[in-house]
Amino acid sequence: MPEHLLPTGHRRIDQMRMQGIVKKFPGVLAVDHVDFDVKAGEIHALLGENGAGKSTLMKILYGLYHQEEGQVFLNDLPVVIRSPNQAIQHGIGMIHQHFMLVPSLTVAQNVALGMKSSRGFLLDIDMVSKRIRELSEIYGLQVNPSTPIWQLAVGEQQRVEILRALYRGAALLILDEPTAVLTPQEVDDLFRILKQMTADGHALIFISHKLHEVLAISQRITVLRDGKQVYSIPTETATKETLAHMMVGRPVVLHYDLRPIEPGPARLRLEEVSATSDRGDEGLKKVSLQLHAGEIVGVAGVSGNGQRELAQVIAGMRSTSSGKIWLDNHDVTNHSPAAMNQHGLSHIPEARMTDGVIKNFTVAENFVLQNHGRKPYAWGGVFMNFRNITRQCKTAIKDYEIKTPSHETPIKSLSGGNIQKLVLARELSRQPRVLIAAQPTRGVDIGASEYIHHRLLEERTKGTAILLISEDLDEILALSDRIVVMYEGAIVGEVKRDQADIRTLGLMMAGSKVPV
Amino acid sequence: MITDIIKASVAASAIRLATPYIFASLGETFGQRSGVLNLGVDGIMLLGAFAAYYAVFETGNLLLGVLAALIVGMLLGLAMAFISVTLQAEQGISGIGVYLFGLGLSELLFQKTVSTPTPIEGFPRINFPVLTDLPVLGEIFFHHNLLVYVAFALVPISSFILNRTTFGLQIRAVGQNPEAADAMGISVARVRYMTVMIGGALAGLAGASLSIALLNIFQSNLTAGQGFIAVALVYFGAWRPYWVMGGALLFSTVNALQLQVKTIENALGINVPSEFAVMAPYVVTIITLIFASKRVEQPTALTKPFERGES
Repeated sequence: MPEHLLPTGHRRIDQMRMQGIVKKFPGVLAVDHVDFDVKAGEIHALLGENGAGKSTLMKILYGLYHQEEGQVFLNDLPVVIRSPNQAIQHGIGMIHQHFMLVPSLTVAQNVALGMKSSRGFLLDIDMVSKRIRELSEIYGLQVNPSTPIWQLAVGEQQRVEILRALYRGAALLILDEPTAVLTPQEVDDLFRILKQMTADGHALIFISHKLHEVLAISQRITVLRDGKQVYSIPTETATKETLAHMMVGRPVVLHYDLRPIEPGPARLRLEEVSATSDRGDEGLKKVSLQLHAGEIVGVAGVSGNGQRELAQVIAGMRSTSSGKIWLDNHDVTNHSPAAMNQHGLSHIPEARMTDGVIKNFTVAENFVLQNHGRKPYAWGGVFMNFRNITRQCKTAIKDYEIKTPSHETPIKSLSGGNIQKLVLARELSRQPRVLIAAQPTRGVDIGASEYIHHRLLEERTKGTAILLISEDLDEILALSDRIVVMYEGAIVGEVKRDQADIRTLGLMMAGSKVPV
Repeated sequence: MITDIIKASVAASAIRLATPYIFASLGETFGQRSGVLNLGVDGIMLLGAFAAYYAVFETGNLLLGVLAALIVGMLLGLAMAFISVTLQAEQGISGIGVYLFGLGLSELLFQKTVSTPTPIEGFPRINFPVLTDLPVLGEIFFHHNLLVYVAFALVPISSFILNRTTFGLQIRAVGQNPEAADAMGISVARVRYMTVMIGGALAGLAGASLSIALLNIFQSNLTAGQGFIAVALVYFGAWRPYWVMGGALLFSTVNALQLQVKTIENALGINVPSEFAVMAPYVVTIITLIFASKRVEQPTALTKPFERGES
């Protein structure tokens, strides 16, 4: 690159360096004297648990936050970045974990957003579309500029985000958990694009907590823990075990020993269950499923393919339009959540903060949400027995290693992992016969995830029938005896765990019916 | 035929009566498209109506009246924006505050100045050569005051601004996904201040269209809740200027029918209790809102204050 120009026609950033960065939030030191750098032509991965400070550090670079101490250098010149606008002017782009797209607007309109128009105050969508087509040509990012965003699949939306960053002249691109919502094939696509971009002279920062992806794509890895930089290493010398150890601060079990169990009788049966989604279309299409005592059935699929409806229908939170649901040979079709509980069903809901807990209630109140009117938590179903509530809740806090100042702390001030542990404690305390675990470790750090996984396996050993719904294929593969794949509301395939391979699962998740 | 004359005069007065609705609901459309629900429209209309009326009462200058209404409306819009955008107060509540403020202050100022409803010389009806003299059509379309035409002209202009300009794109983005707009370097607060002030100015103009063009008088609570119907019309029109205009015409037609209910009764030889006639616009409001289910353009961030997440 003699003129230090990128194929997009923008200037390169040869080196970006952050030095001694400190960022405080009320009560927390989010980033604690961190040094970080990236060069043109490389991918530097930033690894860490939730709350380790990865996103905060990057938001400082992108001008969304301002550091208390430390300095950012671009090509060895100190710069002050006060807003995303200034970051963009410096050639820094960011792909956020939650896409920053306006669903009702088209691709071109989203790209044009916030840009100067060549026609003054009038929009120049045609010009923008033309340039989008040029850029998609260079990087093989197929996308139609006039399609509204809401009609695009998640992977395509991400392409729009990348295109927009390139359009705006990003020479350094920050990717915040870019693979979290993608199918394995889409991940491959993304990696191909990222490799091409680095070959062109872009500098990339790849934020993730998925070890195998970081090892596959990056040249260097930096690990943050509790806001501190604990480890920096060239990728070729890194191993999964050391990286996990560094992230969590103690050795972590990455593989579970799943002893084969002879599955017992069917506990939960779905017969051609259909249901309407919130959008009003058929969210669940004739799903039949059997869940036996002592087995974990994993439900894989890209988000929004009926998993949510499936969990809700079984939990009694959404009514079916046809079909039957049997719990231990009781017909429980369209029973209320309370009736389902009575029949021995426990449910770890996907929307933890809205369906799992009441944010402003205390830990103890949340712990007795379902059973507050029953023994031992109430006298005669009327007067709450606070002594018992406190005692049981304290036991749960201890047993489940829930980190909370006390049982009277409002649940919203706990971390995601600890909230999830409380939900788990509550649901398991009722000794369920069937457990629906929807996205049980989403947004939960590795340490807590590992704990939750162990608890689920323990339940399996006890003979509980478990339906594990997860978008995290690694989790599904690690825990499930059988795996079913959902696509557009229907089950498109089923594989046994020992026959499952990630390629085939990925293809099924993308809708192809693979004979198995 | 007598019924033709009734039809023509009902249609003509429907178009006239639509004026305040169109001004106010177009203005509200801008605010809501950017995510701010301003329930104070009626209060702004009242103060705008008084400002225009008083300016004309004192000077006889109609343009000065319009200017007064625009400025008063814009200032109240600024206040609403400050409360809801900068202070991030609950929008529904702050809007009611603005309404009560406008209601009370317009009444007070009126009592302290003019005190008795005194008619003024408002905008005259325009006589177009040839066109006004057309049978039926002339009466319906070509014999209105200036503000009527301004209101209808604002419909395509608003639609153009929202859909074809960079500012319009910013408004829509801010209303749908303020985080995304912010990340793209758009100042959410700036956009919302501007739309709420535009909304205020147009609400003021809506008031003026009552006090110095349609009724040519001011009295306590002159608007009788028209500002609230204007807010409902924005929902009814699914945040699109043309549909909003359609809604305004629907309601003004009901109004016009109600005003002429005696004439119609006499012509048709039936008798409708007047209470029903007075109720009609409000009943129609509720019924149409139930059936107005097109929600594609609904700003998802409506009523939600924006704060850059520091988490």
